[in-house]
Amino acid sequence: MSGKVICANRLRDGIVVYLAAGNEWSEWISRSEIARDDVTAEVLLAKARRAEADRIVIDPYLIDVTEIDGEVCPVRYRERIRASGPSVRPDLSKQNRVPGVSGEGA
Amino acid sequence: MYLYDEIDQSLVDERVVQFRDQVRRRMSGELSEDEFKPLRLMNGVYLQLHAYMLRVAIPYGTLSSEQLRKLAWIARKYDRGYGHFTTRQNLQFNWPALENLPDILAELASVQMHALQTSGNCIRNVTADQYAGVAADEVVDPRIHAEIIRQWSTLHPEFSFLPRKFKIAVTGASADRAAVKVHDIGLVAKRNPAGELGFEVIVGGGQGRTPMVGPTIREFLPERHLLSYLEAVLRVYNQLGRRDNMYKARIKIQVHETGVAAFTEMVEREWEAIRDSAVDLPAGERERIAAYFIAPRYAPPGDAVATHTRHLAEDAAFARWVETNVAPHRAAGYAIANISLKPIGGVPGDATAEQMEAVAALADRFSRSEIRVTHEQNLVLPHVRQDDLYAVWQTLRAYDLHTPNLGLISDIIACPGLDYCALANARSIPLAQQISERFADLDRQHAIGELKVKISGCINACGHHHVGHIGILGVDRKGEEYYQITLGGSGAEDASLGEIIGPAFASDRVVDAIETLVEAYLGVRTDGERFLDTYRRVGADPFKEALYGAH
Repeated sequence: MSGKVICANRLRDGIVVYLAAGNEWSEWISRSEIARDDVTAEVLLAKARRAEADRIVIDPYLIDVTEIDGEVCPVRYRERIRASGPSVRPDLSKQNRVPGVSGEGA
Repeated sequence: MYLYDEIDQSLVDERVVQFRDQVRRRMSGELSEDEFKPLRLMNGVYLQLHAYMLRVAIPYGTLSSEQLRKLAWIARKYDRGYGHFTTRQNLQFNWPALENLPDILAELASVQMHALQTSGNCIRNVTADQYAGVAADEVVDPRIHAEIIRQWSTLHPEFSFLPRKFKIAVTGASADRAAVKVHDIGLVAKRNPAGELGFEVIVGGGQGRTPMVGPTIREFLPERHLLSYLEAVLRVYNQLGRRDNMYKARIKIQVHETGVAAFTEMVEREWEAIRDSAVDLPAGERERIAAYFIAPRYAPPGDAVATHTRHLAEDAAFARWVETNVAPHRAAGYAIANISLKPIGGVPGDATAEQMEAVAALADRFSRSEIRVTHEQNLVLPHVRQDDLYAVWQTLRAYDLHTPNLGLISDIIACPGLDYCALANARSIPLAQQISERFADLDRQHAIGELKVKISGCINACGHHHVGHIGILGVDRKGEEYYQITLGGSGAEDASLGEIIGPAFASDRVVDAIETLVEAYLGVRTDGERFLDTYRRVGADPFKEALYGAH
């Protein structure tokens, strides 16, 4: 199933984050809020722009995602690398870090 | 090495204070991102694919052991334990937090370092031959003039908002290790028949989307006129450069469109008007700066050569490293030791904090506390006694810094590509790793001989693919990574631009294609002939045939 999610960089440390439910920003795309239609996507974008104005994130934008076996996966490989970390440093990959333990939060 | 005076130090210290306040104002909302972005870029702070990136200037590629140790410390304390040496002789940190960047800049300033001129439309950090001051084929240490240019260009009010970025490279040697013909300005020090020092001035070279080998606009510029002549070139560029179109804004486009003769005439006319003004450096100031680069006093070699010869005979692995990675030094009994940052399967140019500290310690013990960074993303210990080489190599081996592959097929230049860079269309590093692994056999690499593979993840060409003997350019084709191969480029004194050999390859076909090209070369080369020379002799056809003939 396809949809769109919002990604951005966190202002204070630059780390890539995704807009999650409840106006939270998560380092994990798995927690992102998925827009299934254009109207919802615009609502998410408006929320992201408010967070930008509040200096939580910079450069928010919508990306296309699909769900594969229940996992949220960006369509473009650029965004897949952005979501998971440098492909050449699996030790630094987000997949190897446990959500909620290493730096999760707004 | 050059040491900061009070003016240099106060400049970088003041910049830290300014940037600290700018970050504070950004975090508090007094500055918008649009307002803050040009300010952070003036301090080398980019926003990349995963995080902020800090590009630290290493002017003309010279580092002290204290500076390298500080970079290691920053990597460990503020980053993720490593740094990336770039094709501009700089170092990039991939993960600094904005809130820590003022402290990082303060740490850098404490060892006379900064991130000025690593971004923006200014005269960028000046690069130079990494063998400066120790090369056997050198007429003058080019760092004297690189430092003069640094002082002249830093915060130069007239040249802080140029039409586009501007890169200057300097060499004092006949072998070009600084790629001077593919810079906005390349300077080659030489002596005229009267024995006076001067420069050949090359203007309008470059890579990127419109690659060009720069033409020489002056065969011999007397040394004392260096700054006034550079100023004349920059003035002509500043006045006529295409500010309306960033893709046509580099000086190479202007030189090309104006014509070399007409452009040269404009520069000469401008120069006539300013050549005897106060722009040029007084002789005393030139001598003051030159004094920092006086060659160290080398102890008599004694039995250094005999001991070294014995080590070579006793240890074949060491001998192989010496054969590829050690270059002749101008002083008897000494050597230039190259440290490869290209271990088989590694990330080209990356060094961990531990590796940086190990190199700093080696420099303290064996190389007058001095290290050089090369545009080919390796390091150099410039002043090693020959009988110390064995101890140096043994330490390098303990840190996986001993790969004997300088100039060979696994000594690949690769930009960060899509693994880190926000501009990239495709990844570069994984390809470098795969090629390096395919040709991991050192006997095979040595049998192939000199072969420079350079990989860029986009048309901006940070990976210098245009001047690779084999160049590889990553492109995005309908959402897939594809790679275009060029052959016959060179960034050396025999500079040339590579030619596209044919249709691009999917990412899982590139390494096979490179191997096919290498086999084709081995089939037609004459004894001792480099890949590049074979290509120049036989042309593209045998390579095209090998790659595409079956289709």
